[in-house]
Amino acid sequence: MSEGLYSMEAKDYDKTLDLKKIKPYGDTMNDGKVQLSFTLPVPAGAEAIEAAKQMLLKMGFTNPLVVYSKELTPGFTFFNCYGSTTHTVDYTTIHVPKVDSKVMSMEACDEYIKEHIGRKIVVVGASTGTDAHTVGIDAIMNMKGYAGHYGIERYEMFEALNMGSQVTNEEFIAKAIEMRADALLVSQTVTQKDVHIHNMINLVELLEAEGLRDKVILCCGGARITHELAKELGYDAGFGMNTYADDVASYIAEELNRRMHK
Amino acid sequence: MQQSKVGLDFAKVAHAKQVAKNIADDVQQFVENYTTVAVERTICRLLGIDGIDANDVPLPNVVVDQIKDKGVLGEGVIFFLGNAMIETGLSAQAIAEQVAEGKLDITQCKAHSQEEINAILQPTIDANVARIRERRARREHYLETIGEGNKPYLYIIVATGNIYEDVVQAQAGARQGADIIAVIRTTGQSLLDYVPYGATTEGFGGTFATQENFRIMRKALDEVGEEVGRYIRLCNYCSGLCMPEIAAMGALEGLDVMLNDALYGILFRDINMQRTLVDQYFSRIINGFAGVIINTGEDNYLTTADAYEQAHTVLASDLINEQLAALAGLPEEQMGLGHAFEMDPELENGFLYELAQAQMTREIFPNAPLKYMPPTKFMTGNIFRGHIQDALFNIIGNWTHQGLQLLGMPTEAIHTPFMSDRYLSIENAKYIFNNMKSIGEEVEFREGGIVKSRAQKVLNDAIELLETMQKEGLFNALEKGIFGDVKRPKNGGKGLAGVAPKASHYSNPFVELLKGKK
Repeated sequence: MSEGLYSMEAKDYDKTLDLKKIKPYGDTMNDGKVQLSFTLPVPAGAEAIEAAKQMLLKMGFTNPLVVYSKELTPGFTFFNCYGSTTHTVDYTTIHVPKVDSKVMSMEACDEYIKEHIGRKIVVVGASTGTDAHTVGIDAIMNMKGYAGHYGIERYEMFEALNMGSQVTNEEFIAKAIEMRADALLVSQTVTQKDVHIHNMINLVELLEAEGLRDKVILCCGGARITHELAKELGYDAGFGMNTYADDVASYIAEELNRRMHK
Repeated sequence: MQQSKVGLDFAKVAHAKQVAKNIADDVQQFVENYTTVAVERTICRLLGIDGIDANDVPLPNVVVDQIKDKGVLGEGVIFFLGNAMIETGLSAQAIAEQVAEGKLDITQCKAHSQEEINAILQPTIDANVARIRERRARREHYLETIGEGNKPYLYIIVATGNIYEDVVQAQAGARQGADIIAVIRTTGQSLLDYVPYGATTEGFGGTFATQENFRIMRKALDEVGEEVGRYIRLCNYCSGLCMPEIAAMGALEGLDVMLNDALYGILFRDINMQRTLVDQYFSRIINGFAGVIINTGEDNYLTTADAYEQAHTVLASDLINEQLAALAGLPEEQMGLGHAFEMDPELENGFLYELAQAQMTREIFPNAPLKYMPPTKFMTGNIFRGHIQDALFNIIGNWTHQGLQLLGMPTEAIHTPFMSDRYLSIENAKYIFNNMKSIGEEVEFREGGIVKSRAQKVLNDAIELLETMQKEGLFNALEKGIFGDVKRPKNGGKGLAGVAPKASHYSNPFVELLKGKK
């Protein structure tokens, strides 16, 4: 009988947490349980299920279990599977670059700017390139904000312009010069085939050519953006999933303060 | 007398429609005096001009650019092509090829009378109109013989960027139960002032809309439709800077559904309002004639604005879109007016508000195949909750008899759908549509309760907004940001350079031939 709800089989692995060797957790420490689904380009049947199991074994799972399979269209079969991974990760040596700032509330941030900057901070944001999605830049900039976090337009000490979507890098820079922006926010939602990377690099190159790169705080954001990627592409900061206007505003205020009082 | 399940006062509905009609009539007065490069290119296409020059520029662009560069766009291509055909004895296509090779300047051909021009063009016009009619008859024949799915039609998207891969995905979707396949366009196509040519295999977040791609997908859907015994509709996008051209291409290739909304282009793509309203008028005439269901883009308002607070803007826009479509002769049965299920899932009783609005929209537009859009804004990457959000959306679509149910994907906001995502979404909808089939006929709403109060409030708010817009006129209202919180100047945005007032020789015989006809 396979391992399951009623299995009496001894679970003979070490059940103590070791941060140097962590594993996924199902219902017991170190059981390594993973749930996954995928499609294989083969017709449904016993051979398909066996192929899925072998795929799981090659991915480093033991006890591969195919709990559901369904042929989606002739020649393509979908699987829901479980397995116990044999791999471990050393959590103690992980280092992830993060935006280095203390996140403040809107009120605290406005106070901080009054005290340390002494004037409004000018921010220009846009979803640049061919990207037609405004959801990201709107969530950060629009008055209403997103998920209970007010947008930068609502901050007393920010002068914010949201240029919307499909703004060319050239238009974006022209507006930044016109408004004497302290910070630029670039939102990128469409990331298929790395279209965002080319566009983001292009912006940095144009800013450098204009001699502006060091004069602005350059931030980017989007569901697929990380701070690490942002740094790699020559940005000052990157804001990914689950970051809001307060994260961005606090960072800009603190970074501008650092630069002004260097 | 129509009975309202949500306590709507139909006298108020009639008033709202009258106000929307006044707004639309005012726009129409402007529209009728102008033409655009896109309208003229569309006429070229309807005269059979197709293909590209040595630099990949589509021949309709080559011809229209010539008259635009000479400053005579307002006279219209019919005048110049007619003259050139009389003078050279060549076909419209052959003339376009000569222009492309730099051998002919059609603005320099001797001018002829309107009667002579009409006479020389008539056979070409008739042949292309007949081709569109045949396409429509072909669809109707399929509907009579193999039939179609029940409403709400299950509407799914494919977006691989490669038309041949799209075919695999689309056929798989149809076999799983989809009734409509929309081929999402590559990002940025709406801002191209030309339509690319030929089959394409590279796109970002979608596939280029080209006439060849339309043809490839139409063939694939006919094949799978015959296999599954259900006509499969094909949807694309005639929005952006090439609205009427894409409408014409779709009409010639047998598309069934077209996204088609100037207001959306103005607010969300910053397309110049004069340009796109003129373009929209001709595109809707063509869509009406071809039997194409249009889809309007009101759902998009709610991706930026709050879905609870701004619900009335969706209704107001639907009402204006209905009147603008009627002016272009588009029948109600082809008005896929848009709305959406986009409230924050944390909102208490959000389901009831959504239900109220969907039922309200159904009753205000009883004959329209309403396009109901799934949650997107609050799809977070938690695919498990997302699947439930989509289920609640499906319950309302079934309950309130929506026309086109654009299926939500659990992986919305993560990637363009996997084959398995579509399967899960179709399974979700089919389960609910069957298991809750007659709920709309069984359940009534409480007097003074949440549902009735909500529907009535949204209608009242929409009327108030429409009355403000009527005072201002649509153009001014858009300039002041009264609509959708976005301000758009009348002379700003993309595409204004392609607009010209109609001059003394202007004619467009297709308006008369196609408008309000079958």
